[in-house]
Amino acid sequence: MSVIYILWLRELKRYTRSRAQIVASLGQPLLYLLVLGFGMGPVFQRAGNGNYLQFVAPGVIGMSVLFSSVFSGLGLLWDRQFGFLKETLVAPVSRLQIMIGRTLGGATVAVIQGLLVTLICLLAGFRPVHFLTMPIALGFMVLIAVLFAALGMAIGSGLQDMQGFQLIMNFLVLPIYFLSGALFPLTGLPIALSYATRVDPLSYGIDGMRNVLLGHAAFDPRVDLIVLVVVGSILLVIGAHRFSKIEI
Amino acid sequence: MIVVRNLVKTFGSFTAVNDVSFEVDKGEIFAFLGPNGAGKTTTIKMLTTLLRPTSGSIELDGLDPQVQQNEARKRFGIVFQDPSLDGDLTAAENMEIHGVLYHVPHKTRKHRTEELLKLFELWDRRDEQVKKFSGGMKRRLEIARGFLHTPKILFLDEPTLGLDPQSRNQLWTHIKKVNEDERVTVLLTTHYMDEADRVAHRIGIIDHGKLVAQGTPRAIKDQNGTESLEDAFLKLTGSTIRDENADPAAAMRQFAKMWSGGRR
Repeated sequence: MSVIYILWLRELKRYTRSRAQIVASLGQPLLYLLVLGFGMGPVFQRAGNGNYLQFVAPGVIGMSVLFSSVFSGLGLLWDRQFGFLKETLVAPVSRLQIMIGRTLGGATVAVIQGLLVTLICLLAGFRPVHFLTMPIALGFMVLIAVLFAALGMAIGSGLQDMQGFQLIMNFLVLPIYFLSGALFPLTGLPIALSYATRVDPLSYGIDGMRNVLLGHAAFDPRVDLIVLVVVGSILLVIGAHRFSKIEI
Repeated sequence: MIVVRNLVKTFGSFTAVNDVSFEVDKGEIFAFLGPNGAGKTTTIKMLTTLLRPTSGSIELDGLDPQVQQNEARKRFGIVFQDPSLDGDLTAAENMEIHGVLYHVPHKTRKHRTEELLKLFELWDRRDEQVKKFSGGMKRRLEIARGFLHTPKILFLDEPTLGLDPQSRNQLWTHIKKVNEDERVTVLLTTHYMDEADRVAHRIGIIDHGKLVAQGTPRAIKDQNGTESLEDAFLKLTGSTIRDENADPAAAMRQFAKMWSGGRR
C-alpha cells in the first residue's frame, strides 16, 4: 500500500510544483470555451439548439481530463529513457503496484485539472441545471480520468521516441476528442460519423456529464456508466500487462 | 558475492554478451572496462534483473535474480548511466521514495538518510529540488540513495561520466570509504583507465561481448608488458573506433537538452 501511496503522491507533487505547466494546460480549454463558446453561439442558437456555451462546457471539461490523463501515461516515455522509471523497476516491488500508483496519480491530477476547468466554465457563465448534480459529474470525471490514464499507460509502455508520441497525439488523442461529441451534438449525424462517435469511449463520458449537468443527452446514463466502467477495466488490465513487459 | 557463468545475451542475430564468466568476492571493487558497445551495460542490466539472459547463470549473494527476483533486488543498489532521479522532487523526497520502495522502516529511513546525505555533503541542500543540482551533486545523491537500503552489492554504470576531475575525485573517495566501512561489494564500469587503476582491486576487460582479460591492474599490465593500463587496454581491444548506433535514448537526451528546465 505504501508503495502505491508514495508513487501516487509523487505524481501529485510533480503537478503542483510545475505552476507554469498548469497555467499552460489551461490555455487550450480556455480557447475552446471562450472562442468556440462565444463564436459559434449565434449559429447554434439560430439552429434551435440553445446556448452553445452551456452545451460545450462539459465537452471542454472532458477534453482537459482526457489530455491530462493520457499525457500522464505517455510521461512514461520520459521516465523510461532517462528518468525515474528504472529506479522503480529494479526495486523489490511488483510491477502491478508501480503501475497502479502511477495510474491513480495521473488520474487524480487529471481530475484536479478537470475541476479547475469546471471552475473556469462557471466563471465564464456556464450554469448547470442543478448544483446538486455536480458530485455525479465529478464521478464521471473520475471514470474518464482512470480510463484514459490506463490507456496512456498501455501505450506509453511501448513508446520509444518522440515521433511515436506525435503519432499517438495526431491519430489517437485528437480523434478521440473530436469524435466524442465534445463540440457538436451526437444526434442526427451522418451514419459513418455516428458509428465512429459510438466506439469512442469519451463520448459516453461527456454524454454522462451532459446528462447530469444539463439534463439532456444522447444516450441513457446507465449505458454511459456501464461503457466507462467496462472499457476502463479492460484498459487497466491491458495497461498492467503491458507495463509488466517493459524491458529497458 | 557475484558469480556469473557462461552468460549470453543475444538481440536477434546480434550477440551483445558472449559467454562471459567472472566472480567478484565480498568487499571487492571490480571494474568492467571496454569500448563503447562492448556489452558492459547489457551485462549490468542482466545482473540487475532489467534484462533476461539468453543463457548462462547469475548468482548474487547466493540468489538467482531470475527466480528470487525481489530478494535479489533488496541486496543490491544501482547507479545507472543516465540519471534516474526525479528532478521535480527534493533530495530528501527522492531518498524517501527509495526507502519506501525498498521497505526500509520509517525510523531507519530517517536516520540513514541523514547519515548518508551528510556523508555525501548534500544534507544542507536536502530540501532543494534536484533539477537545481549540478551533475556532480546529482551523482552523489544517486550513490547515496543506492546505499540507503544497506545493499551488499553496489552496481555503478559509468558513475563519473561527464563530471569534472574534482567531482570525480571526491566521488571515488566516498565510494572507497563506504566500500571499506560497510564492506560493500562494488561492480563498476568506466571509460577512465586511471580511475580503474586507482580504485579497483580487480579488472575485467570486455570487447565484442567477450571477456578478453581479467585480473588485478598490476597483473594485466604485466601480462601485456605495458606501462599503463590504457596501453594494455588498447593492446587488447585494438585502436579502431566503435561507433554505436544512435539509440532512441540519445535522441531523447538531445531533445531534453533543448527543453531543459522543463520536466526534469
